[in-house]
Amino acid sequence: MPPKKAAAKPNVSAEELLGHYREMLLIRRFEEKAGQLYGMGLIGGFCHLYIGQEAVVVGLEAAAEEGDKRVTSYRDHGHMLACGMDPKGIMAELTGREGGFSKGKGGSMHMFSKEKHFYGGHGIVAAQVPLGAGLAFADKYKGNGRVTFTYFGDGAANQGQVYETYNMAELWDLPVVFVIENNQYAMGTSVQRSTKSPSLWERGAAYGIPGEEVDGMNVLAVKEAGERAVAHCRAGKGPYILEVKTYRYRGHSMSDPAKYRTREEVQKMRDERDPIEQIRDMLLTGKHATDDDLKAIDKEIKAIVNEAAEFSKESPEPALDELWTDIYATEIPQEA
Amino acid sequence: MATEILMPALSPTMEEGTLAKWLVKEGDTVSSGDIMAEIETDKATMEFEAVDEGVVGKILIAEGTEGVKVNTPIAILVEEGEDVPAADAAPAAEAKEEAAPVPTKAPAVAAPAAPVADATPDWDADVEVKQTTVREALRDAMAEEMRRDPDVFLMGEEVAEYQGAYKISQGLLDEFGAKRVIDTPITEHGFAGIGVGAAFGGLKPIVEFMTFNFAMQAIDHIINSAAKTLYMSGGQMGAPMVFRGPNGAAARVGAQHSQDYAAWYMQIPGLKVVMPYSASDAKGLMKTAIRDPNPVIFLENEILYGKSFDVPVMDDFTIPFGKAKIERAGDDVTIVSFGIGMTYALAAAEKLAEEGINAEVINLRTLRPMDTATILNSVRKTNRCVTVEEGWPQGSVGGYISSVIMQEAFDYLDAPVITCTGKDVPMPYAANLEKHALVTADEVVDACKKVTYR
Repeated sequence: MPPKKAAAKPNVSAEELLGHYREMLLIRRFEEKAGQLYGMGLIGGFCHLYIGQEAVVVGLEAAAEEGDKRVTSYRDHGHMLACGMDPKGIMAELTGREGGFSKGKGGSMHMFSKEKHFYGGHGIVAAQVPLGAGLAFADKYKGNGRVTFTYFGDGAANQGQVYETYNMAELWDLPVVFVIENNQYAMGTSVQRSTKSPSLWERGAAYGIPGEEVDGMNVLAVKEAGERAVAHCRAGKGPYILEVKTYRYRGHSMSDPAKYRTREEVQKMRDERDPIEQIRDMLLTGKHATDDDLKAIDKEIKAIVNEAAEFSKESPEPALDELWTDIYATEIPQEA
Repeated sequence: MATEILMPALSPTMEEGTLAKWLVKEGDTVSSGDIMAEIETDKATMEFEAVDEGVVGKILIAEGTEGVKVNTPIAILVEEGEDVPAADAAPAAEAKEEAAPVPTKAPAVAAPAAPVADATPDWDADVEVKQTTVREALRDAMAEEMRRDPDVFLMGEEVAEYQGAYKISQGLLDEFGAKRVIDTPITEHGFAGIGVGAAFGGLKPIVEFMTFNFAMQAIDHIINSAAKTLYMSGGQMGAPMVFRGPNGAAARVGAQHSQDYAAWYMQIPGLKVVMPYSASDAKGLMKTAIRDPNPVIFLENEILYGKSFDVPVMDDFTIPFGKAKIERAGDDVTIVSFGIGMTYALAAAEKLAEEGINAEVINLRTLRPMDTATILNSVRKTNRCVTVEEGWPQGSVGGYISSVIMQEAFDYLDAPVITCTGKDVPMPYAANLEKHALVTADEVVDACKKVTYR
C-alpha cells in the first residue's frame, strides 16, 4: 500500500496553531531546563531529552480523545507534558523528590499517571510495544471504544517483540496505533547502518497492518495522520502504523557526545525544519499573532518551567520508609 | 540580570572535567542551543550548549584547564548592554547551595515484620472431602474464579480449542467462550507482554506457559514490566495477574525442558511465588493467586498433575499465601520442602519412621512470601533441618532457608543444615542418568541420619 502523503490543511484556526505552539514550546523549554538541572547534578542517572521531536506527541495528542491511553519508552518527558501531566510533578520525579509522579522512586525513565492514562515510561527498549497492545486488548475486552498510542523508536523497531505484537494485534483487531518515532539514530547507530529495509512502517504489511510515513517535523501533518489512524482503530479495523520521521537535536542521553553525526547535519535540521519555528512562521505570516503575542507566550512558558524547576528543588527527598512501600498492592487499584 | 554558567555534569559519574575548548569569546551573543564549549568528561568529549540567551560577559575558566569541578562557574552571561558584575558581586551559583543532596546518615528503616506462624488447618474436620487430581483442582479453581469475576481471562498456547497441552483448561472454552479463553500464537515474549499490558488496563489475566522453560523468552516482562511497575509508579498501577504452567523436570525430556525455576523467581521483590504440592494446595492457592492484586508465579508440576488428593467440598475454598503446612509432625528432624520435592520428603519421613526417627515435614507452598516462622518454630524444637528441592544447589531455595535458620536460630542448631537438591548438571536424557540427576528419597534419608548422628 502506498504511503498517503499528508498535507497541512491551509485553513487551520489561529487558536489551534497557538495551542500547538504553546505545547511544543513547553516541551522544548522544559527539556532545556532538565538538561541544565542535569548539568548541575540535580538530576541523576540517564536523562533522554526530546528536543526536536516535539511535533510528534503534540500532533498525536491533538488526535486523541479523553480516555485514550499512551505508553512509550524512556524518552518520555514530552509525552507526559503533551498529555497534560503537571510539569512540576515531572520535574520533581527527575530530581528524585517526594513531589514526583512516582514519589521519586521511578526517575526520568519510569513515570506513570493513571489519571492521565499515561502507562509509562519504560526502560527496556521495545518492552512498551506488547504492553501497549495489552492496554488495547483490555479496552477491546471492555468494549469502551478507547485507543492506545504505543510509541517506540527506530531502534526498538528491530526488536523481535515488536513483530510478535504486530502479529497478535492484527490477529485480534486490537485498537492500537503503533507510532514509530524515527529520529534516525538508535543511540549512535543510524537506520541505514541497522537495516536494509529502512521503510519501517512497511514492515506492518507482512502482518496485514496498514500504515504510512508522516513528516514528524510538521505538527499539522502529524495530527492529520493521527486522525486517520485513530479512525481506523475506532472503526474496529485493528491496529495502524505511523512512521513519524523526526530528529533529535541532543545526544541519545545527556552523556552522549554524538560523534556519529556532524554538527552541520544537526544545524541544518534546526535551521530548516524546526517544528516550533514552522508554526511560528505560520502564525506570523498568517497574521494570526504578533511578535508581542508570541513573546508573551514565551514568557508564560518560561514561568511555568521555572516554577517546575523550583518545585523540583524544594520538594523534599522521599521519606526513608518509602523504600518499603509500593512493592506489593493490598488491593486492586480502581480504574481512573 | 547576569547569570553564571556552571561546569556541567555530563555523565552519571562525572565529578570533574577538562574545559577543552571555548567556542565563544567574550562579547559574543548566544542563544539557546548554541554550542559554547567542548568539555572532556570521564567518558568522552562533549559539546556544551547554551540554555539562556545573552552576551558572554566574562570567561572565568581558560580553555585547557583540567580538573574543573562540576558546578564551578566557568563564564558569566549578561544581557545586552549590561556590565559584568565584579567578581565578588557575581550572583551565587545556585547549585552551590542546591547541589545534589548528600544522603544523610540513614536511620535504620525496618523491613516489613517477619511472619507469625499460623497452624490452623486448611479446612474444618467436619467438611466433606473428595478425591481430586491436581489437574482437576487447577481447572476447577480457574473456572470458579472466572465465574466470580468477568475480568479474569486465560491466554496461552493451546489453552482453548486443544483444551490445554496438559488438559488443565479442559472445558473452559465451552463454558466461557473465545473471548475469555484465548489461544495465542507461539510467541511467549509477545503474549506475556500483552498480558501485563492488559493487567495495567484493568483486567486480571491468567497467562499459561506451556512449560516454564519457555517463560525464559518472556522473563523480561515478568520481572521488568510486571514485578516492578507498582514500585516505579509510586503505587499508581501494577499487574494483578497469574503466570502459571508446569515447572521442573517431567520425564525424559532432556536439559532444555527440565528446569526448576523456583529459586529464580523467588528472588524478585514484587512477585509472589507459589509452588503447590497437593490438589487442595493447587485449588486453594490458585483461587488466592487469581484474586491477588500482584503478579503471581504459579509453578505446577507435570508429574503431579495426575495425582489425586483430598479436596474439601466447599463453595469457596482458598488458602492464604505465606502459610506453610505441617504435613507430618515429628520431633527429631525438620524436613522443609515444596512442590514435587514433597514426594521425596514424605517418602523419606516414612522410611525414617521405620528406623525410629520422627521427622517433621513442612510443605512451604508459597516461596514468596515464605513462612519462615513455621520453619523456625520447628527447628527450635528438632534442632536439625534438611531441605529438599529438585533445583540446582547454587543459589537454591534451601540455601536461602539455611541462611535464615543460621541468622535466626543458630543457637538451636545441633547440626549444620543440609540442602538436598538436584545435581549440579544439565538434565541428561538417558533414563539411568536422569534418575541420578534428581534428588532422591534415599538422599534425604541419609541427610536426616547425618544431622541426627545416626
